[in-house]
Amino acid sequence: MNFWVIQGLNGLAFGSLLFILAAGFSLIFGLMRVANLAHGAFFMLGAYVGLSAIDNGMNFWVAILIGGLTVCVLGGVMEGLILRRLAGQPLAQVLVTLGIAFIIADGCLWLWSGDPRPLPMPSELQGVLRFGGLIFPKYRLFVVVVAVCLAGALWLLLERSRVGAMIRAGVDDMEMARVMGIRTSLLFPLVFCLGSALAGAGGVLAGPILSVYPSMDTDMLPMALVVVILGGVGSLGGAFVGALVIGFIYSYGQALVPDLAYVILFLPMVLVLTIRPTGLFGRRLV
Amino acid sequence: MATDPLVLDGLDAFYGDSHVLHDLSLRVRAGGVLGLLGRNGAGKSTCIGSIVGLVRAKAREMTLYGEPIQGLSPERISQKGVGVVPQGRRIFPSLTVHENLTVAARTPSREGWRGWSLEDAFSAFPRLEERRRQFAGSLSGGEQQMLAIGRALMTGPRLLLLDEPSEGLAPQIVAEVARVLKELSRTGLSIVLVEQNVKLAMEVADDVVILNNGRVAHAGPVESIQTDGELVEQLLGVY
Repeated sequence: MNFWVIQGLNGLAFGSLLFILAAGFSLIFGLMRVANLAHGAFFMLGAYVGLSAIDNGMNFWVAILIGGLTVCVLGGVMEGLILRRLAGQPLAQVLVTLGIAFIIADGCLWLWSGDPRPLPMPSELQGVLRFGGLIFPKYRLFVVVVAVCLAGALWLLLERSRVGAMIRAGVDDMEMARVMGIRTSLLFPLVFCLGSALAGAGGVLAGPILSVYPSMDTDMLPMALVVVILGGVGSLGGAFVGALVIGFIYSYGQALVPDLAYVILFLPMVLVLTIRPTGLFGRRLV
Repeated sequence: MATDPLVLDGLDAFYGDSHVLHDLSLRVRAGGVLGLLGRNGAGKSTCIGSIVGLVRAKAREMTLYGEPIQGLSPERISQKGVGVVPQGRRIFPSLTVHENLTVAARTPSREGWRGWSLEDAFSAFPRLEERRRQFAGSLSGGEQQMLAIGRALMTGPRLLLLDEPSEGLAPQIVAEVARVLKELSRTGLSIVLVEQNVKLAMEVADDVVILNNGRVAHAGPVESIQTDGELVEQLLGVY
């Protein structure tokens, strides 16, 4: 009994991290049709930047802010200087983002060396909470709360604001959105920066749970892809459900059949894609 | 006249390497309805695409109320006052009816047509008000067409382009569309109506341009085709 509850809560916490990572990826892909393969590297870079901020005496919350902002700026520059010139060329965009992912990974290795580094959690979130006979780390619960709040905030932005309606109009039919006078050229950098900032801040947030290490990017990117494909690209609700499902599968899979962790992680994706190619909540993109 | 809502002179348009429109010229008079007719593939939609900036085109003159619009992005052209009801309606299916109408709504510039408010849209098409919270993708074809017209008018256009608004609609809905178009024209909005439905075009248009193989085959007041059945037969086939 204890095992199932504890692993379930672990899965919830890991799923929450995945949601923060995948929401940005899904948002960018949904609007711009850019599969940003540097998203995992953005996540790792955010974590390293946050680590350095803490090394330099800043507190954890400032580190999240700096990690998020740094990656936000980097994402904005990448969109404005490179991706915009490659509009309408998906293959070139994918290759460019992949190249940037490699550059960031090597840059991190050079700047921060190859040793895994733990990212210290804030003192106020250290320790555990007890429910009945169960013990659960406060920090993981905090991550779950952050993910739920973020989901709510993104939902308000996308579903209840005019900018959100413009973004969804662009996801539905980019050409028509432009013909109606919606300035997608302003929405693109906005969404790209937001998605990147989420990756960077999410990396710092993940640090205390996952540590910060050189292959963090290539560990996390496939997870984000699975989440987004499972949930349906461009769908916030899909990313949320997909992240929780993958979080649970990963958590129980690691504990029960560690040898097959990747099989049970990717098998649902293959099944969903075979039966429902648009993902659980996805729509066909025009 | 420099103040004509739309002047196209010597327009050539291309899809990739293929040259679709050849030396096309037309003019929309202030408050007038221009019917743009022709068989399938004659170049009508390409002409609309060129005006809104989606199709690569070059022209000696391409002006909206005297302002050149050639080479501008679709966003800019829309903001200068071109409203579009595209072929196939292309409403935003995952937005509600209300969001479709308001997402691109703008207050119109002072000169020109006064534009539609949400109230205007709902009073012209009461069905849209009943379904304002529904996702637009769940509407019937006729309701989607009304929504597409409302969406375009809420951008405060000075010129409205409609690409086959009667396509696939039941006769009574076509009649409703015709009623609204005539009403809009009466209030001074300038309109380009692309149609296969010659009867609808004759009912609404003041002037007509008939395209054939990407060239203007006939241009004149609507009476010129009403009295010349042979011309219509030859250029439009079935009618």
